[in-house]
Amino acid sequence: MIRVIVVGNGMVGYKFCEKFVAKSGQEKYQITVFGEEPRRAYDRVHLSEYFGGKTADDLSLSTTEWYAQNNITLNTSELITDINREEKTIHTHLEKTHTYDYLVLATGSSAFVPPIDGVEKEGVFVYRTIEDLDAIMAYAKKIKQKGATEAAVLGGGLLGLEAAKAVRDLGLNPHVVEFAPRLMPRQLDKGASDMLQSKIEELNIGIHLNKATQYIDGKERITGMMFADDELLKVDMLVISAGIKPRDELARVSGLEVGLRGGVVVNNQMQTSDPSIFAIGEVALYNQNIYGLVAPGYEMADVAAEQILNGSKTMRETIDMSTQLKLIGVEVASFGDPFVENNDVTAIIYENKLSGIYKRINVTKDSKTLLGGILVGDSSDYNSLFQIYSNAMALPKNPEDLILGSRDGSEGSSLGSVLDLPDTAVICSCENVTKGSICCSLLDETCSNFSDVVKHTKATSGCGGCKPMVSDLVKATQKSLGKEVKDVICEHFSYTRQELFDLVKINKYENFYEVIDHHGKGDGCEVCKPVVASIFSSIYNDTANKHVTTQDTNDRFLANIQRNGTYSVVPRVAGGEITAEKLIVIGEVAKQFDLYTKITGAQRVDLFGAHLSDLPKIWKILIDNGFESGHAYGKSLRAVKSCVGNAWCRYGMDDSAGFAIELENRYKGIRSPHKLKGGVSACIRECAEARGKDFGLIAVEGGWNLYIAGNGGANPKHAVLLAEKIDKETVIKYMDRYLMYYIRTAGPLVRTATWLEKLDGGLEYLKEVIIEDSLGICETLEAEMQTLVNTFECEWKQVLEKPRLLKRFNHFVNSEEKDDNVVFVPLRDQKAPKAWS
Amino acid sequence: MEEILNQYETVHPSDATIWFKAGKIEDFPTNRGGCIKYKNKQIAIFNFARRNEWYACQNACPHKMEMVLARGMTGSTDDIPKIACPMHKKTFSLVDGSNLNGDDFKIATYPVKVVENEVFVGFLD
Repeated sequence: MIRVIVVGNGMVGYKFCEKFVAKSGQEKYQITVFGEEPRRAYDRVHLSEYFGGKTADDLSLSTTEWYAQNNITLNTSELITDINREEKTIHTHLEKTHTYDYLVLATGSSAFVPPIDGVEKEGVFVYRTIEDLDAIMAYAKKIKQKGATEAAVLGGGLLGLEAAKAVRDLGLNPHVVEFAPRLMPRQLDKGASDMLQSKIEELNIGIHLNKATQYIDGKERITGMMFADDELLKVDMLVISAGIKPRDELARVSGLEVGLRGGVVVNNQMQTSDPSIFAIGEVALYNQNIYGLVAPGYEMADVAAEQILNGSKTMRETIDMSTQLKLIGVEVASFGDPFVENNDVTAIIYENKLSGIYKRINVTKDSKTLLGGILVGDSSDYNSLFQIYSNAMALPKNPEDLILGSRDGSEGSSLGSVLDLPDTAVICSCENVTKGSICCSLLDETCSNFSDVVKHTKATSGCGGCKPMVSDLVKATQKSLGKEVKDVICEHFSYTRQELFDLVKINKYENFYEVIDHHGKGDGCEVCKPVVASIFSSIYNDTANKHVTTQDTNDRFLANIQRNGTYSVVPRVAGGEITAEKLIVIGEVAKQFDLYTKITGAQRVDLFGAHLSDLPKIWKILIDNGFESGHAYGKSLRAVKSCVGNAWCRYGMDDSAGFAIELENRYKGIRSPHKLKGGVSACIRECAEARGKDFGLIAVEGGWNLYIAGNGGANPKHAVLLAEKIDKETVIKYMDRYLMYYIRTAGPLVRTATWLEKLDGGLEYLKEVIIEDSLGICETLEAEMQTLVNTFECEWKQVLEKPRLLKRFNHFVNSEEKDDNVVFVPLRDQKAPKAWS
Repeated sequence: MEEILNQYETVHPSDATIWFKAGKIEDFPTNRGGCIKYKNKQIAIFNFARRNEWYACQNACPHKMEMVLARGMTGSTDDIPKIACPMHKKTFSLVDGSNLNGDDFKIATYPVKVVENEVFVGFLD
């Protein structure tokens, strides 16, 4: 067993234990903790809640059982008096000796008491521990009975103002005495301090700035404070809260290196000058600084635990000192560099004395970067601002929107969606929980709600300031998971098609089983398999031949299954234009295989009644004669219908047939969430019914009008105008973007019309995206489409060239026969399947 | 049409009296179906490789009596291995032949055993 002794049982010492036991490899270690206070570690950050009725147990960070369960020995009320570094032992005031392999100093700090004459007098307290609070309460009670009402707090910093609130809660009139010319001098500027001061004074708390205290007046006990300007403040009690002093006395007596003004010097591994002794929290002097916040202390605890367990984690170079607090009912926050003032920086300040709000942000001159800021009176923007600052995120066009809110009437926070944050964004800095880990815990279904997330990640369990943001993230993630609008694919995947698309693309998956093994469960089904197959096609332009097993029936056999289990065959006739020779070939094939023929609604010839095993023979003839697959079976482009165009039509304004052929050939074979149809009309008479299609073009004076998102079918929908009078090149550019954006974002089997209806912001938003490139993705969309266009292959040609692909077209495994169940009946000189009974 | 369905009746492995050699393992595609002819019956056989299991059922869809189940898609619902009919997407349990989308229509299932490289289907006659 390797022995680890932790000296100090405060928040950071406790956090060390918690981090340590959570890491792997710790089983070989035995942890012993010593604390001089009589109780388990408690939440000192919320100490003033003790006045609000919370008990010491309420504030406790853990339970006695927790220590037992994790095999940690906790010794309370026991003080370590010295360390024998050579023998690696410690000595306690109970005259006990313990041996260690690693020693962790988490002795924290004590209240700093300035060297003022008379601080030893009765009625002078520090504000640090539960014992201090008990003593303050008892004394307050005593003097109140004698009619005394005034009490002072020395120190106008964070803790001082907390203490002032505590004093007021005890029924006394507090006076805050601060040496500096403003309150919270390390966090606030003059304007913010003024605002805070007027808010605090409204609560009948006296504020005395610029006051150097000369001595404490009174005989045995305090009766007043004498300031350097000879002013006397009559008070009967004084609470000193003027800063902290590292508890480094143990380090000093054992010869460890300490800083000039105190604190045990540590490196970025939290090692002291003795490598087997670590120091963490407020006793540690890191980068020449003592950090009096809990978040850096927690991070130090984590680093020390890692280091002892041979991990590699080190302390970061710059420590963030951002804070958000509610002081005496007034919200106060400061982040980044709150004061920075030079020629490269603009401070944007909003002040409203009426409502007591002061907001300041420091922005670089180019308006691109947020350097820091201050919020008083209303700190609701703190989380967003802090995230923008700490992740160096882009600022809105008008940075003042960040503190004034958007003034163009549109709702929404300055940050947009919390989901826009990078995964590495630290949401809970106390526990160092990132956005990624919060979202992941929901995405992988470890957690299913806010309280699960809190339990699992510990986010919000420190200062609690991140609660709103964690809650937003949980909500947004659940929404994206379809928890509110259930649009997940099926029981095997709790993702939308769009999410799955991204997962496949990012992880470069190439077969269905890889995807389901990593992101789904079970064996898949008739719903999710074709979706994934379609995604592969959209990303890699894989033909249906590559994913036979997961293709829906029509794609599997590259033909449309019909009533009696036979198939129909549709060769491509781009734009509906066909030569006599080709018509003859189709006729010959129909005759040879006894097929029913029909001109389809999309200007092609459909050949029905083909036996499964005849399909390859039929296609052999067609391909030899210059045909290719028409993809009539796929969720892909079916046809681009055209009118006759200006070549023959007396009204025609442009070559609609030629353009239809060009577009059909461009987008042929491309798999999409649903089938796609197009139309091109040479004039407004619209003989091609272009506005009843997923995309439609109508020639007008000066170019082409591009319509999108229409369809016939059960719920006919007229297409809407996307762009007017554009040239062919622009048509293709917009078409590429539009189709690719649809392919990437639509749900399974959602046609373009429904997709557009569901798109947030509708047509106007779509225009912004694909015409104005508001998302900056047009180049990508075009490139993706061009890749698909460049890699087209006729999948029937593939089948015929590879004999092993032919096997699937046999009806029987153990016989060459055709399906003997198929029966035809005559129909108007041709044939049809026998009707179902 | 009734006569088509009447030909198919579920055979339990212990009842099988005839084990018909349907083919070699490699004759059947993995994770989808292959159809065999046995006397006047069409039987769909599934090498459900993902579960390392083999299943067999009638090839006739019980809804419209077309010989298509072997061309359907395999999958699972609540971990029950199933086949989706390519005609109208009714799904049937490959274990007991029940229609997983409703009470009507059921398919007959047959036992499959693989001995060395060969695949056998069990029949009563």
